[in-house]
Amino acid sequence: MTTIMIKNHNIAAVFKKQIKDNLKNKIVFIQFILYPLFAFVFTEAVAKGQQDILNTFFVTIFGTIYAGMVPMINMASIISEEKEADTMKMLMMANVKPYQYLIAIGSSVMIFFSLGAFAFGVIGGYNGIVLLRFIIAMLCGGLSSLLLGSAIGMLSKNQMSATAIGLPIAMIISFLPMIATFNAKIESVSRFLYTQQISYILIDPNTVSISLENTLIIGSNLLFFLCVFVIAYRKNSKTN
Amino acid sequence: MDNIVTIQNVKKVFNKTTALEDVSCSVCRGEIFGLLGPSGAGKTTIINILTGQIPVTAGQVKILGVSTSQLTNTQYSQMGMVLDNSGLYKRLSTYDNMFLFAQIYGVSKNKISETLEKVGLLASAKKPVGKLSKGMQKRLVLARAILHDPKLLFLDEPTSGLDPTTMGEIHKLIFSLRENGSTVFLTTHNMEEASKLCDHAALLNNGKIVEYGVPKELCRRYDMDKSIRILLKCGEELHLASTKASAGRIAELFEQNQVASIHSSEPNLESVFIKLTGRELT
Repeated sequence: MTTIMIKNHNIAAVFKKQIKDNLKNKIVFIQFILYPLFAFVFTEAVAKGQQDILNTFFVTIFGTIYAGMVPMINMASIISEEKEADTMKMLMMANVKPYQYLIAIGSSVMIFFSLGAFAFGVIGGYNGIVLLRFIIAMLCGGLSSLLLGSAIGMLSKNQMSATAIGLPIAMIISFLPMIATFNAKIESVSRFLYTQQISYILIDPNTVSISLENTLIIGSNLLFFLCVFVIAYRKNSKTN
Repeated sequence: MDNIVTIQNVKKVFNKTTALEDVSCSVCRGEIFGLLGPSGAGKTTIINILTGQIPVTAGQVKILGVSTSQLTNTQYSQMGMVLDNSGLYKRLSTYDNMFLFAQIYGVSKNKISETLEKVGLLASAKKPVGKLSKGMQKRLVLARAILHDPKLLFLDEPTSGLDPTTMGEIHKLIFSLRENGSTVFLTTHNMEEASKLCDHAALLNNGKIVEYGVPKELCRRYDMDKSIRILLKCGEELHLASTKASAGRIAELFEQNQVASIHSSEPNLESVFIKLTGRELT
């Protein structure tokens, strides 16, 4: 009988599994392509032909929606599907620790997300340090959404309830900055959301310097989602 | 022989419902142990307790010498599980499902092919799991559970809903696991399967163990009728007492060439269960 020593390869194993699964899961995969594609089509077809619309207008709009929505929906969907199909249970019983699982799944989502963020930057015509600043701003937004999505996934019993909870939250967080473009009253509320602050940075990463307000609001949002995530994580550990 | 599983006076209460009451039994190293009972008897609750998924309300449970409340990496790496839900990644291939756990357990890639061959799935290694039949998926779950040569294997209803051929293949595999030194803890409501596979069996009803022993001995113990059933060629059925006094009559029937079939009337595990509990095993 072979004596097995479980090595600390769990993160790598789950990460590889998730990369393969993301590529085969059309619903997940398409979201990473869809929003950059929208930005490209609208930029080429609408913005570049109109003098009163900035060339980066649709990159900002769709980039903000992408950062606010995609990591959240995907994380919630992946985690809740694993719970529903009992695959998470099998991983935990093979001694994959919850934090190892979340790092692996989160990293796989962030890799796909980063590729999309890079595509947005290229569509926006940025390069060098400006492109880097653009991508970092997108990643900050993506990370906040990721934490919130993980919490939703952990608190949901199945995929259906994860979608029912996650989609309205994702829509509010993602679409408010776009609506705020046309309504100052909404902006007075939405400015406390990380997506609105990221939207400000994405509007013109060439000239906009990241302010204290940007940093404080994004940081406090991130901290808040981290707290929600920790509460959900603890609750999930007790129930599963 | 030493015990690999020990359950002592276990009680489990969910909210106000008592699921298990004073359950005690033990499983020796290298045997196939069957926990038998109808749906809702508490079989899966016991499996969940044994695998450390839920705590007991009272009593003690030990696996591989360690309390189930303190199971660690060391014990989990020596356990294999086939639970009620498959826990397979349907979009990934058969091989990729195995590869994930091979990496986690630190098992070589060669072992994946070897194990898939054992369960007859090597030819389907590249197929997405979602496209495998139910029987093939069950075999894959079993393959995953034995990939790391576990010392203790939990099988929760491993053949339910399978066709007789697949069931037979899984039975052969369970026997081969025992031959290789694994201990098997099996739950089933199929008494025929239990009689065929198990070295020892416990009958569970309403959260209580109502009988425990070697299946054949249990059947003999509850053979109250002790009769012999003879079907005559004319279609008539005779029931004779299984005693010396019937020998003459039976010999006479054979001499007259009237016997179509003859059977002793030992009860099977199912009739033992019905006798003990008054309920069917469905």
